[in-house]
Amino acid sequence: MITATQQLENYLESFTELQKRVVGRSLPWLRQLREDAFARFCEAGFPTTHDEDWRFTNVSAIAKTAFQLPRKDGVQISRKNLDPYRIPGVECQLVFVNGRFASELSLLNNLPRGVKVSSLAAEILNSPKEIEAHLGCYLDTKRDAFAALNTAFLEDGAYVHIPRGTVLEEPISVLFVSVTNGVPLMSHPRNLIVEEEDSQATILEEYISLDSGAAFCNTVTELVAGENAILSHYMIEREHTEAFNVSTLRMQQGRAATVASHSVLLGGALVRNNVHPVLAGEGGDCLINGLFIGNGRQHIDNYMLVEHAKPHCGSRQFYNGILDGHAHGVFHGRIIVHKEAQKTDAKQTNRNLLLSDDAQIDTKPQLEIYADDVKCTHGATIGQMAEDALFYLRARGIDEVSARKLLLFAFASECLDRMKYGPVRTHVEAVINQSLLQVANVPGIWKERKQEDVGRTWEEVG
Amino acid sequence: MSLLEIKNLHVNVDNHEILKGIDLTVNAGEVHSIMGPNGSGKSTLAQVLARREAYNITAGEIWLDGKDLLAMKPEEAACEGLFLAFQYPVEISGISNAYFLRSALNAIRKYRGLDEMDAMDFLPLYREKLKLLEMDEKLMNRSVNEGFSGGEKKRNEILQMAILEPKLAVLDETDSGLDIDALRIVAKGIEAMRSPKRAMVVVTHYQRLLNYIVPDFVHVLLDGRIVRSGGPELALELEEKGYSTMETANATPA
Repeated sequence: MITATQQLENYLESFTELQKRVVGRSLPWLRQLREDAFARFCEAGFPTTHDEDWRFTNVSAIAKTAFQLPRKDGVQISRKNLDPYRIPGVECQLVFVNGRFASELSLLNNLPRGVKVSSLAAEILNSPKEIEAHLGCYLDTKRDAFAALNTAFLEDGAYVHIPRGTVLEEPISVLFVSVTNGVPLMSHPRNLIVEEEDSQATILEEYISLDSGAAFCNTVTELVAGENAILSHYMIEREHTEAFNVSTLRMQQGRAATVASHSVLLGGALVRNNVHPVLAGEGGDCLINGLFIGNGRQHIDNYMLVEHAKPHCGSRQFYNGILDGHAHGVFHGRIIVHKEAQKTDAKQTNRNLLLSDDAQIDTKPQLEIYADDVKCTHGATIGQMAEDALFYLRARGIDEVSARKLLLFAFASECLDRMKYGPVRTHVEAVINQSLLQVANVPGIWKERKQEDVGRTWEEVG
Repeated sequence: MSLLEIKNLHVNVDNHEILKGIDLTVNAGEVHSIMGPNGSGKSTLAQVLARREAYNITAGEIWLDGKDLLAMKPEEAACEGLFLAFQYPVEISGISNAYFLRSALNAIRKYRGLDEMDAMDFLPLYREKLKLLEMDEKLMNRSVNEGFSGGEKKRNEILQMAILEPKLAVLDETDSGLDIDALRIVAKGIEAMRSPKRAMVVVTHYQRLLNYIVPDFVHVLLDGRIVRSGGPELALELEEKGYSTMETANATPA
């Protein structure tokens, strides 16, 4: 445990150390970007629950831990360690260990001509102009101390560039592996995905841990979808339950671009998932789809900020949460419709299933509408597992655990059904299945609740 | 040995006695009808047989094919060959009818030491039974009972029975709310299941269904007790005279 002053000193020390050796330190624009961001972080400090955007999430566990940057010679892991994390049908997988690109563990097959899939560190050296054109141009480091911290420490991450008119048939996977070896480690992966007009791609970011130590992963992905581009972005968080994961997905959508963000949050002790699309061109469409499953003392906070900046854009948010044990979930769905964004069609739905008396959900819609011809709807539900459905399944011979699993899977499948068929969806389905089995496999807790659950149905709260 | 034997069954719900000493023996090959007005305890009896846990059994025994039914969980009772056609079938969104039914069939097959049936083998069986109940094949991939009409839901119950092939089927007001065409189809489905190895308990409010499925025995349930038992002619007598005459009969037992 450390005090607030020690906190900053700890980060200052790491920052100073990093600037001596970090990639691109001689590029003035990049040095400026990092220094400005660090100054902002020092000014703001970690957010507290007095901050409206962090009302339900206390990050003091992150603030009080003296996280270190991983050492350069770091950990050795073999390809074999990653066998369980390879995805059938995915030939292109970038692997990062504690935030650094591990080329020997990565797969780079089947890429069409002109598509660049690389590490950001390498591209800062090789194509600084290309990177400068986008890096840090979309993320707002003033709003969010974690975004500032990420920018200050940005070093490596995935860089994907898809040229005009290119259709990428196969998905690109980016795997972030954390291995602490008992030392509290922080990493600040920074991904940049640039899709030019008329192109199409599917990208998966996945976070895993190979051991159980305290790891703090603070990641930012800037995603630029050009005119008429189509992009599906998937994020799977399934780190160990001691891990801290803060992620920000900042999507910039051009005219008629269609972007889907799918988040599946299953692991981590404290998880904050920021999704921030800006519909910056006419006729854009954005789907924000998510599923979070919490158990034990997990805390999973979803902060959506959907900005409609231009007319005739549509956005749909659907987040489903399943919470058991003492887990605490948060859904904060903010929609801003700017004055110019007439004919906006924005929809937001958050459904939650609480499986125990101690599980908790805070769900909060926040609509700010400055245009006068728009359609915005929002709704949230909180419910328990339907007792009559459980009995119906059991009366047909399906045992209690399987019946619960079926019902949970049915609830989760609402999110799955919004994903396109392909290797990533198959992978997501398997990962969700595994996670649900753990939640479903505790008959004791359910038994106690039976009587009071009879006859209860969904409760509208929003 | 009888397939179902109920001895002196007393059941409470919320400290209120609903069943006040039921005795009933059902042998293989027999169809028994239990008739009674609203609130007589018919549905409670059906739910207790399917092992719904909300009921407090204060006294009595139930034997299913020689095994202690009251010691079984709902899924065990189903695997031992009991089937309840629900009065109000439940809608379950996100699970298709086909997946649900195949899971149920395989759970039962597994319990009985049989190989699980894969989708390829299951499909022809499902199609055949859909045809028997004059149901659209499209329903297979829809969520369980979701968006079904009342009649479709009841037919779906009989379809499940036809596939799961129980030893003892308990039909809880399967005829309620059906128009005459749906009633005929449902009755045809039930009649097709009649077999010397199987027994059925048809719980009903109305005599109508019994025009199509002639029971071997009719029992009249009033205020938690069986007050009269007889052959199919008893149903006709009820239709004519109503339940009020039976209450008199109860007051002066024969």
